[in-house]
Amino acid sequence: MLCERCGQRPATVHITEIVNGSKKETHICQACAGEIQPHGFGFAPQLNLNNFLAGFLHELGGAGSNQVVDTGEKCEQCGLAEGQFVKQGLMGCGSCYPYFEERLLPLLRRIHGNTRHTGKVPERTGGRVKVLKAIESLKGQLREVISREEFEQAADLRDTIRQLEKNLEEGGEG
Amino acid sequence: MPIRETVNNAHSGWMDAEGQGSNIVISSRVRVARNLDGIPFPHLLDQAQSEEVIHAVSLAIANNEAQNSLGSLELSMLGELSPAERQILVDKHLISPEFVNNYQSKAVILRDDEVVSIMVNEEDHLRLQCLLPGLQLKEAWSIIDKLDDGLEKTLDYAFSEKLGYLTTCPTNVGTGMRASIMLHLPGLKLTKQLGVVLSAISKLGLTVRGLYGEGTEAQGNLFQVSNQITLGQSEEEICNNLLVSTKHILAQEQAARGALYQQRREVVEDRVFRAYGTLRYARVLTADEAMRLISDLRLGVDLKIITGINPSQLNELMIKIRPAFLYKINGKELSAPQRYAFRAALIREIFENLPQ
Repeated sequence: MLCERCGQRPATVHITEIVNGSKKETHICQACAGEIQPHGFGFAPQLNLNNFLAGFLHELGGAGSNQVVDTGEKCEQCGLAEGQFVKQGLMGCGSCYPYFEERLLPLLRRIHGNTRHTGKVPERTGGRVKVLKAIESLKGQLREVISREEFEQAADLRDTIRQLEKNLEEGGEG
Repeated sequence: MPIRETVNNAHSGWMDAEGQGSNIVISSRVRVARNLDGIPFPHLLDQAQSEEVIHAVSLAIANNEAQNSLGSLELSMLGELSPAERQILVDKHLISPEFVNNYQSKAVILRDDEVVSIMVNEEDHLRLQCLLPGLQLKEAWSIIDKLDDGLEKTLDYAFSEKLGYLTTCPTNVGTGMRASIMLHLPGLKLTKQLGVVLSAISKLGLTVRGLYGEGTEAQGNLFQVSNQITLGQSEEEICNNLLVSTKHILAQEQAARGALYQQRREVVEDRVFRAYGTLRYARVLTADEAMRLISDLRLGVDLKIITGINPSQLNELMIKIRPAFLYKINGKELSAPQRYAFRAALIREIFENLPQ
């Protein structure tokens, strides 16, 4: 077998490294072995994604401060502490998102350049979201027609809203 | 195909070298992250809670109403597979390398054709994946979209109107979607243009990684290009952006291969035939060297320098020569030198049986 590095001399040095649990074998010649020193500085870089995220969260702080503000708050649903979230860059559950929103939005803007989802909405649970939105908009219209004293139209709108709310309570999708 | 066959067979549907641009594009993959509402994310779960998640998912895939969109799915506990079998699933790109680091309370679901796989309790509760041969990104998304609808008939997803699908890592929130295309780029590598093309890609919100995803090296001139942004773009937009950039890379690679063959014909032919000769006769081969040689040979097949071998066979060979599969064929542990010899013997045997 030839040296993996220079491809010219026979490989006589066999190095086995175990990094993060995965084994890597290198087979090189004596000359190349002298030139390289794997991790010879006693320094293994800690460059994974979550460390980067954690770094951002530190930097971004609360409302633009450079200090790490750990208020000791915990997500009510899963108990993930703010300090833990800042350290790992991982969320604990769906409720962490609204809970740590203030901290998170600058980070999301930095990662995605955006803070608003525009993709797929789940069919079943998303259907509810759509109906709730429709009810909100109808209520707005209702206030408007009442202010114009158009009571007949207001009564129609009120009936539609009631019907939608009733459907939602019954678990339907409107 | 039951999981027993999956781990005993190096072949998988994505290796079929079909579809547009299949001389450069190996496969197209779409993966989405989903979490269950009201349950902490996997890294905070104990064993009992993790198993509840698996139970909920097992009910969802058995839902009669959803059978049309789900297809024939089989759930297996990761812990019930041997370490080599788990590694074979990683090598075949059906599960992620991170997934097997800690295999307790995790499950893998495979569709019988291996096109669809689901990881339960990876970083997120669910990771749905579709892997197709060639340039078929939109087709892959359409399969995932239907699968996702089918599961959602039973499961309540953690979803916010504003932020979309909620994921463990904020880098995946929104669509939860990672679309990627695996490319073989020897032409750009040999003409030393790879760096230029790849740095242009990174400016477009895309990222380039090695064969087995995050933090892996590009073996055998194989690269995965994928989207980085998941929030603020629709699934269709993500696919389109990636497709447009990929088509650009394809054109560059094609041009580089053409130029190489016209201007440096002997050099290219020499490289291809040396690869063929080594694979056909070598007695000791490391995985890295074999991958390099397979890459050279693949280029030779595409340029029609070599006939009698097809890209699909080479895709399968890339999996067969990996340590886990060699162990599986041999039936018992091999020391490193034994493995190199066993690998070389296996490849020799395959090449002896090829038409001349």
